[in-house]
Amino acid sequence: MATDAQTAIVGEIRRSRLLTLPALIVLFLAASGPLLVVLLYSFLTAGDYGGVKWAFSTEGWQSVFLERDIFDDTVSVADAHLSIFWRSLRLSLMTTLLSLALGFPTAYFIATQPEKTRNLWLFLITIPFWTNLLIRTFAIMEVIRNRGIVNTALMKLGAIAEPIQMLYTDFAIMLGMTYVYLPLMVLPIYASMEKLDFRLVEAGYDLYATRWRVLRRIILPIVKPGIIAGSILVFVPSLGAYVTPRVLGGGKNLMLGNLIELQFGQGRNWPLGSALAITLLVIVMIALLFYVRAAQKGGEHG
Amino acid sequence: MDNDEKTAIDVDGVSKIFGSGPDAVHALDDVSVAIRENEFFTLLGPSGCGKTTLLRLIAGFDHPTAGHIRLHGENIAHLPPYKRPVNTVFQNYALFPHMTVAQNIGFGLEMLGKPKREVAASVDEMLSLVQMRDLANRQTSQISGGQQQRVALARALAPHPKVLLLDEPLSALDLKLRKEMQIELKRLQSETGITFIFVTHDQEEALTMSNRIAVMSAGKILQIGTPREVYDHPAERFVADFIGETNFLTATLQDVEGSTATVTLPSGKPARASLPSGTHPDAGRQVSIVIRPEHVTLALPSHETSLTGRLEDIVYFGTDTHYRLRLADDTLFIARMQNRRDGEAAFDPGAEVGIVLADGAVQVLRD
Ligand SMILES: Nc1ncnc2c1ncn2[C@@H]1O[C@H](COP(=O)(O)OP(=O)(O)OP(=O)(O)O)[C@@H](O)[C@H]1O
Ligand SMILES: [Mg+2]
Repeated sequence: MATDAQTAIVGEIRRSRLLTLPALIVLFLAASGPLLVVLLYSFLTAGDYGGVKWAFSTEGWQSVFLERDIFDDTVSVADAHLSIFWRSLRLSLMTTLLSLALGFPTAYFIATQPEKTRNLWLFLITIPFWTNLLIRTFAIMEVIRNRGIVNTALMKLGAIAEPIQMLYTDFAIMLGMTYVYLPLMVLPIYASMEKLDFRLVEAGYDLYATRWRVLRRIILPIVKPGIIAGSILVFVPSLGAYVTPRVLGGGKNLMLGNLIELQFGQGRNWPLGSALAITLLVIVMIALLFYVRAAQKGGEHG
Repeated sequence: MDNDEKTAIDVDGVSKIFGSGPDAVHALDDVSVAIRENEFFTLLGPSGCGKTTLLRLIAGFDHPTAGHIRLHGENIAHLPPYKRPVNTVFQNYALFPHMTVAQNIGFGLEMLGKPKREVAASVDEMLSLVQMRDLANRQTSQISGGQQQRVALARALAPHPKVLLLDEPLSALDLKLRKEMQIELKRLQSETGITFIFVTHDQEEALTMSNRIAVMSAGKILQIGTPREVYDHPAERFVADFIGETNFLTATLQDVEGSTATVTLPSGKPARASLPSGTHPDAGRQVSIVIRPEHVTLALPSHETSLTGRLEDIVYFGTDTHYRLRLADDTLFIARMQNRRDGEAAFDPGAEVGIVLADGAVQVLRD
């Protein structure tokens, strides 16, 4: 039986929902508005001096994968773009793997410290995060450039006669991105590692599992959600990274972020830039889908 | 120790100190005990007395600061936990959350490199042993506490260890389930013939289940014996106090003959008393004695009653009745008598009542 009081409460709830509407509208516009603009631009014609002309065209999308020869108008696969896609994917994956290789032991180490000192370690891990990205990137540059710390030290020691070219290589980009995104790998792994009951590890040893097997059969499956979350958190921003490849890769070793920037700047091809941006988004979406799948699988087990 | 019974675990002068300097914790202090093959051996003691520490040393999770631990005469100090033929049932069960019941039980055998078919057969056998066949493919988070306990047991038993360590496995269960599991554990122990080292701080559990009990306090083993020995002949005040209810009195030793002596009770009357094993105290000494409440009967004061006191209070417990008496020297004395159908001896609070001691009721303490 609905009393007056109940009716009043229901009305109250309805009204308060209504009150959240403006916030929802703002959120919706903020989240999808720019995206819709980018999507729209990708189907327009490039303006002569940047910007767009309001005429429908699939030119932008076509030139994501195809390129037209300037002289004879023949169309061929856009090797330059594909190689940049491929480099971005490869470097991002390698960055993710390297971050995992460094981040997992780090997270394990912190999780096994006494509770009092854990926060200090976490703080130390996140300090670089509070530092400006450009400064961090230039710091890496200082370390690996030809007259940088590493090369100077090696030459002084007589290990090498000529400096090793590290700056402006793919290696430099990977190193820089790993340095920048490592905390994003450590933190989620630590979060799931902290929840790991170390008595399970002892139970594993007790049941004749060696260290390696305890790691593989007990620790890894239990902290898997953290590993996946960390990998996504590193992989996604690596894929769209702009500053690090720009500074450490010189002008030659472009990644997707740089390619997109190029189209909106010197390239004066906004539709292509928009189409590339959306392509990047799709790749990220696929990665996230993979994450959700894997997380659900993990959820079924634990 | 009997020679025909082989020693499974020999703990020899083991100490364990955690930390160092002023913060050092002496968790175990020169502990020695020989646990026999096929024995249900219980470590009994209050919280923090070092029971878990001793189990962890036997399992190999920690290393003794001093002393040796031998398994069938062989020093196992250098063996990591995964090479010791010893399995543990953890207090919180520590089941692997990402595996099914069957996978949990098969884990140890799988790690030992047993062929798949053998593992499956063994898991099957264990599942029927602990009556969990229907739940083989459940996740461990989807079974009840008692079922988890049985899985933990089956998991530890599956690799057929020489010794099974059980760290308060029943403490998380409710009373009814606990009684059932006590019986089940006893059954499993006799069926498998594996040596069980069982930890509890529940004296009743220790008395009903064990072949022998070691009573621990503050990192030391105070007494080792069968439940009857430990209950009827406690060697120290702590043991007498920890196991069951008891009356402490002071008496004077008279004639000592072997393991018994005559003592003079506070009332001035003589009584026969058992001496703690291995002691030969001098006559004339003041000693502490214990008398269990159920080892006495009440009667009207006469030359047959050894002690007298004023009855303060009577509490009816169904099967028996507790009488609280105040003795002449103002100490409290509790007598417990079984209720009979033919009505009980009528004593009224405030009355002067005599206490008759049963044979062997008086035990002298080592102190
Ligand atoms: N890793 C450790 N570091 C420092 N002290 C410890 C450690 N482990 C145990 N102790 C201390 O050693 C003593 C014995 O602990 P233990 O866990 O063996 O007790 P217990 O008899 O199992 O108690 P409970 O019945 O509460 O489980 C305690 O005082 C405890 O605080
Ligand atoms: Mg304990």
